[in-house]
Amino acid sequence: MNLKLKIWRQAGRKTKGQFQTYSLEATPEMSFLEMLDVLNEKIIEDKGEPVAFEHDCREGICGSCSMVINGQAHGPMGMTTTCQLHMRHFKDGDTIVIEPFRARAFPVLKDLVVDRSSFDRIIQAGGYISVNTGQAPDGNSILVNQDDSKEAFDAAACIGCGACVAACPNASAMLFASAKVAHLAFLPQGKVERQKRVGRMVAQMDKEGFGNCSNTYACEAECPKGISVDNIAKMNREYFSSSVGSQKD
Amino acid sequence: MIKLDAKIPEGSLAEKWTKYKSSVDLVAPNNKRKLEVIVVGTGLAGASAAASLAELGYRVKAYTFHDSPRRAHSIAAQGGINAAKNYQNDGDSVFRLFYDTVKGGDYRSREANVHRLAEVSANIIDQCVAQGVPFAREYGGTLANRSFGGVQVSRTFYARGQTGQQLLIGAYQALSRQISLGNVEMFNRHEMLDVVMVDGKARGIIARNLLTGEIESHAAHCVVLATGGYGNVYYLSTNAMNSNVSAAWRASKKGAAMANPCFCQIHPTCIPVSGTYQSKLTLMSESLRNDGRVWVPLKKEDVEAIRKGAKKPTDIPESDRDYYLERKYPAFGNLVPRDVASRAAKEVCDEGRGVNKTGLAVFLDFSEAIMRYGKAEASSLGENPEDEKLVRSLGTKAVEAKYGNLFEIYEKITGDNPYRTPMRIYPAIHYTMGGLWVDYNLETTLPGLFAIGEANFSDHGANRLGASALMQGLADGYFVLPYTIGSFLSKEIKTETISTDLPEFKQAREQVRERLDSLMNIQGDRSVESFHRELGLILWDYCGMSRNADGLKKGRKLLKELKEEFYKNVFIPGKTNEFNPELEKATRVADFFELGELMMVDALHREESCGGHFREEHQTEDNEARRDDENFTYVAAWEWKNEGDPVLHKEPLKFKNVELKTRSYK
Ligand SMILES: Cc1cc2nc3c(=O)[nH]c(=O)nc-3n(C[C@H](O)[C@H](O)[C@H](O)COP(=O)(O)OP(=O)(O)OC[C@H]3O[C@@H](n4cnc5c(N)ncnc54)[C@H](O)[C@@H]3O)c2cc1C
Ligand code: SF4
Ligand code: FES
Repeated sequence: MNLKLKIWRQAGRKTKGQFQTYSLEATPEMSFLEMLDVLNEKIIEDKGEPVAFEHDCREGICGSCSMVINGQAHGPMGMTTTCQLHMRHFKDGDTIVIEPFRARAFPVLKDLVVDRSSFDRIIQAGGYISVNTGQAPDGNSILVNQDDSKEAFDAAACIGCGACVAACPNASAMLFASAKVAHLAFLPQGKVERQKRVGRMVAQMDKEGFGNCSNTYACEAECPKGISVDNIAKMNREYFSSSVGSQKD
Repeated sequence: MIKLDAKIPEGSLAEKWTKYKSSVDLVAPNNKRKLEVIVVGTGLAGASAAASLAELGYRVKAYTFHDSPRRAHSIAAQGGINAAKNYQNDGDSVFRLFYDTVKGGDYRSREANVHRLAEVSANIIDQCVAQGVPFAREYGGTLANRSFGGVQVSRTFYARGQTGQQLLIGAYQALSRQISLGNVEMFNRHEMLDVVMVDGKARGIIARNLLTGEIESHAAHCVVLATGGYGNVYYLSTNAMNSNVSAAWRASKKGAAMANPCFCQIHPTCIPVSGTYQSKLTLMSESLRNDGRVWVPLKKEDVEAIRKGAKKPTDIPESDRDYYLERKYPAFGNLVPRDVASRAAKEVCDEGRGVNKTGLAVFLDFSEAIMRYGKAEASSLGENPEDEKLVRSLGTKAVEAKYGNLFEIYEKITGDNPYRTPMRIYPAIHYTMGGLWVDYNLETTLPGLFAIGEANFSDHGANRLGASALMQGLADGYFVLPYTIGSFLSKEIKTETISTDLPEFKQAREQVRERLDSLMNIQGDRSVESFHRELGLILWDYCGMSRNADGLKKGRKLLKELKEEFYKNVFIPGKTNEFNPELEKATRVADFFELGELMMVDALHREESCGGHFREEHQTEDNEARRDDENFTYVAAWEWKNEGDPVLHKEPLKFKNVELKTRSYK
């Protein structure tokens, strides 16, 4: 299949970027990233600068790959990361537009690579349970019913890719942050610190320059792991009860 | 000159660790605050170690080449983690887990280390639960277990098919907490390019800031490598694309011994290669072999027809199929261990009976399972078990309930629907048992340099059991290293903060810079990737699933030639002092060349077949592995020489608590 690729090229954080067009022959069995590998091999053959993009596991679990394909974070297929997308979902003669995730809190570093360290700082602000190694009681002394365990798992399945931010018209990180708040709030182990946790994580989100949530739910639609916006409602409830709680004391 | 001293504590097997813990020199809290530790790698082993050391009070600096610790390769582990909890009351115990691991490793691991691993395994589960890892639960809310490859008890804890992800997120969160408390300084997007030795002790690293290209010195009182395995030396593997050996290899060039480098694990059920552009291989869980039947056509003309697409696998009548595992191993059938299943697949493909375009694939067929489950379901519903359509639909549902997400992954990648047509699978490199030689303290032969997780060689012998790598990584990081590091650091409490102004740092920095510049200056015509592919193929062909002396000699020669060409003709675009992924790849591939050579040397010297290492010269009449306990019950620890052949050092293995037996699956 013959493709026309319009790819965002940007040399560095401070330089201006622009689209560059390439034509490429691909096969339907290739993954999207393998298609880019082939393009890069070609560019290197011509002694050019290959397109920088982030990737590692290529199995949809590490959250490294991050690009907007034809206007959609991770491309056209639902519940699919870029690395799991295959070329058979495109047609011969297609033009494919490839851009980095765009958000104020995710500055572009080079081409399709962005800086998502703001996500790490949100977790550092409170996305954990404070227990030192060796302090834990026997595993079965904490019973968790299957429903809570399932809900916690569903939220914990977030891969930290940032597609939710890229998809959101306000570049809000609510889906990401709420997934962590919900994961820990569903579990008895996580309940002790719940008030402090949500307050700190929300404050960090604001500090990083993420936008507010206006309930458009574009995040859920483009999240490759099916993280539900119900988590946002849960986080809002947690936040509300924590601010009410802190008013009381 | 390397001297191996495993430093195994005295006393009976079950007492060693307890006694050790109560007698190892400790560092007082006020002194811990003065001591700095560098941890390179933040996968399961590194993140858990960095967090635990920081909790104890050490000043930790942690490094990863990823943009975040959460992306380490550990994230991809699927199946589960073992622990001797005996929650199922099925007779599990520390000794049984120890025994299974030693036996599974084909008697090439160190008893004392493995026993300690089994002892701390239960604590890992407690710790992870307390951190909020959402393990699978029973109705009553207790932790659920499943069983895994070749053991008789149910001791594997899991979080759906994403156990590695959930465990890593747990460790990452513990690490994040220590970062926010200021106890860990985190260096993302930093790649270690050398270890710095000062007066015979590891005192720091040279790292490249991957964003700016700057070559930086980082000093500490000691250095821990948690940098993962080297499966990517084969280019195609189930490892993440960026996994590499460079950290460990740089240490070995400074004098750290590399142990059993030829022990690599090949996983029998991966999605096969579909074209020359292929970048990695995806694992299909081992559990599929519980219900899938492995076969290839008996007749060559059917093979041809399938490859051309003229026939579908379902067109081949039963009588023309060769269910070769069931034929050769009637007792275990499709459930023979990983290495046996892998070699059998290679054999039939070598005979020309592989079932895809590349000739390197066999079928894994669920049609019989679908019908079997369907019939049972129909009978239990009081429906007609002879109604084929109904049975098929009920059976499909039953199989979906068991393997739905795996079937989905398969379909996503291949576009084939495995409910209707058999999967195509082929073995792939998956894990490396070899690694840096470490003693009981997890210290390498370089004083002050520790190695944990997949980066060391310690616990799995010649073959690793399923769900034991996660256990080992977390055991090392949470529960072993935080004690054993005291054996070194307790003697360093008077050592001032190490300065990066020392001449050793300056010299190491210069050497790294020269190395990078000389690679950049080659300006040849071939991409790094093309060299890596070719290197991988040489290793796969001559040092892969089965090996022989002629092949290994030839492979080593080919490797050397390719390496020479690499240094004459590789082309790296861009500059050194900028974000340059091609340069990153080049330094990694350069190290893979030397490691690859050492693997061949090791494989050639080990004149026996054991675990993942199968030497064609050493097999029984019916093609089974023949171990040579008399001559090879030792760890092969290699000293790399930049000039001349590597030097072998042997650590004899003494088995006092298990009896050495031959594996048989007939
Ligand atoms: C597909 C798959 C499934 C698996 N499933 C299971 C399973 O179900 N159960 C099980 O027990 N095991 C499983 N394994 C094996 C297991 O996942 C690994 O052995 C284990 O996670 C390795 O952990 P680690 O911490 O040692 O290394 P890794 O997770 O590989 O981490 C290495 C770290 O080192 C860093 N690093 C490396 N080199 C450098 C450098 N030079 N400078 C800076 N940083 C560096 C990396 O950035 C990373 O942070 C599986 C493996 C694969 C491939
Ligand atoms: S919520 Fe979804 S889209 Fe957002 S970071 Fe997590 S996995 Fe990615
Ligand atoms: S590369 Fe890991 S999720 Fe895409």
